[in-house]
Amino acid sequence: MPVRESAASLLKLCEISKTFDNGLEAIRRVDLDLREGEVVSLVGPSGCGKSTALRLIAGLLQPTRGTVEWPGGKPEIGFVFQEPTLMPWADALANARLPLDLAHVRRADADEHAAWALARVGLAGFGSAFPRELSGGMKMRVSIARALVAGPKLLLMDEPFAALDELTRQSLNDDLLKLWAEDGLTVIFVTHSVYESTYLSSRVLVMTPRPGRIAAEISLPSPAGHSADHRLTPEFAENARRVSGALRGAIENGEPQKWSGAING
Amino acid sequence: MDVVRLLIPLILSAVVIALWELFVRHYGVPKFVLPAPSAIVTDFMHEFPRLISATWTTLRIVLIAFALAVMSGVLLAVLFSLSRTVEFALYPYAVVLQVTPVVAIAPLIVIWTGYEHVERALLLLAWIVAFFPILSNTALGLKSADHNLIDLFRLYGASRWQILTRLQLPTALPYLLGAMKISGGLSLIGVIVAEFAAGTGTDTGLGWTIVEAGNRLRIATMFAALAILSVLGIAIFFALTALEWLLLHRWHESAVRREI
Repeated sequence: MPVRESAASLLKLCEISKTFDNGLEAIRRVDLDLREGEVVSLVGPSGCGKSTALRLIAGLLQPTRGTVEWPGGKPEIGFVFQEPTLMPWADALANARLPLDLAHVRRADADEHAAWALARVGLAGFGSAFPRELSGGMKMRVSIARALVAGPKLLLMDEPFAALDELTRQSLNDDLLKLWAEDGLTVIFVTHSVYESTYLSSRVLVMTPRPGRIAAEISLPSPAGHSADHRLTPEFAENARRVSGALRGAIENGEPQKWSGAING
Repeated sequence: MDVVRLLIPLILSAVVIALWELFVRHYGVPKFVLPAPSAIVTDFMHEFPRLISATWTTLRIVLIAFALAVMSGVLLAVLFSLSRTVEFALYPYAVVLQVTPVVAIAPLIVIWTGYEHVERALLLLAWIVAFFPILSNTALGLKSADHNLIDLFRLYGASRWQILTRLQLPTALPYLLGAMKISGGLSLIGVIVAEFAAGTGTDTGLGWTIVEAGNRLRIATMFAALAILSVLGIAIFFALTALEWLLLHRWHESAVRREI
C-alpha cells in the first residue's frame, strides 16, 4: 500500500512544545504533517522527547504551546507501549478485549472480536493463557492485538520491540507491516533503532537530544512488500547509513540540519 | 518430602510432651505450678462444654470484627484514592488509632459501652487493632496501578469507576490479602486483650476464661484455653492463606512455582 502524495492529511502538529511542571523541556517546536497510510518513525537518543510526542498526539498530555489538529476528525487510536502493559490478573482474551469492555460492547461480540484480534497476531488458541505464561514476544503480540481490537485508524507505538531479542523483533516487524498493509493503518513508530526505522517506515524523523526537535527528515521508499530478505539488500544498507548519519549529526550538533528528504532511495 | 516436613515437628512435639509428663511426675511438681499434659487433657475433657462455649463467644466476635475491619478498611482506602482531601483529613486519625495501645483504650471503651454490653467493647477494640493494616495496605495497592495501564484506560475513555474496579482494585488485591493475614491474627489478639482489659463479662470468652482460671490457680484450664487459642490462630492463618492461593495462584508472581 504505497502512500500517494495526494493521501489526505490525518494529523497536523503545529510547532508543539512541551515543558513539564518541573521545568523540564521535553520537546520544542515540533511540526508534523501525517498522511493517511504512512508509517513514520521517530528516531532519537534516549530522553529526546519521543514518548512525550506520542502522548501529546494521543491526548494523554496537553502541549504547552502549539496545536494538535485532526483535519478529518480525531480517529480511533491504538497505543502500544514499550512494555506489554498487560493486566496480569486477566487472560490474553480479556486483555485484548479491554478497549471493547471499556466501551461497554456486549460480551459475546467483544469476545469474538478479541479472539479474532489474537488470531491476527498469531496467538489463535492462546486466549485463556495468563500473561505470566507467555514469552516476552507473545505478550507484546497480545498488546498489539489489544491495540487493533477496536479497529483503529492510527497506531501509536512507543519503542514496542526494544526489550525483545533480535529475531523476535524482526518477526514482529514483518507482522506489523502485514497488519499495516491489510488494515490501511497509519503508524507512528518510536524507536532508537536505526535498522528498525529504516525497515518499517516511509519517513524517518530524526530528533535531537532534549529538548527534542526534529533535526532531519528522511524519505524512504514505501515499506510495502518488504520481506526479511530486504534487510540484506545494498539499498537497505544505504538507507540505514543515511538514517544513521542523520542521527549522529543530530546528537553531535543538536542543531536542525538541511536534509529534508531530498534524496530518494 | 512433604510427609517428612510434617513428621519432623510432630515427632519433636511428641518427645517434648513425653519429657514434660516425665519431668512433672518424677519431681512431683504441684499442679498449680505446672500441670502434666495428662492433667491438662483430663481438665479439658471435664471443662469441655464451658471451653467450647467460650471459644464460640471469642471466635464470633473475632470473625465479626475482622469482617468489619476488611469492609471498612477497603471502603476508606477507596475513598482515600478518590479524594486527597478525605485522605489528608482522616489518615492522621487512623494513625492515632493504630499507634495507641489497645490495652490503654480498653477501659474507656468498656465504660462507654457499659458492662452489660461488654461484647460491643470487645468488637470495637478488635476492630481498632485489625483495621489499620487493611487500610494502609489497600491504600498502597490502589496507588500502585501501572501508570501506562492508567494512560491506556484514559485513552479508551474509561470512567473513574472503570479505572477503580477494573484496574485499581485488582492491583490492590494481593496487598489486601497480605493485610488480611496480618489482621486475622490481630483481631484474635485484639479480642483477647480486650477481654483481659474489660476484666469482666456477661459473655465468657477464652480471654476471660484464662483470667478467671488464673485467679483460681486452675493452671490446667489456662493451658487448655491457651491451646485452643493457638489452634484458632493457626486456623485463621491457614484459612486466609488458602483464600490467597485461591484468588492469586493463576496470575500472581507470589504464587508462581519456579523450576530451579
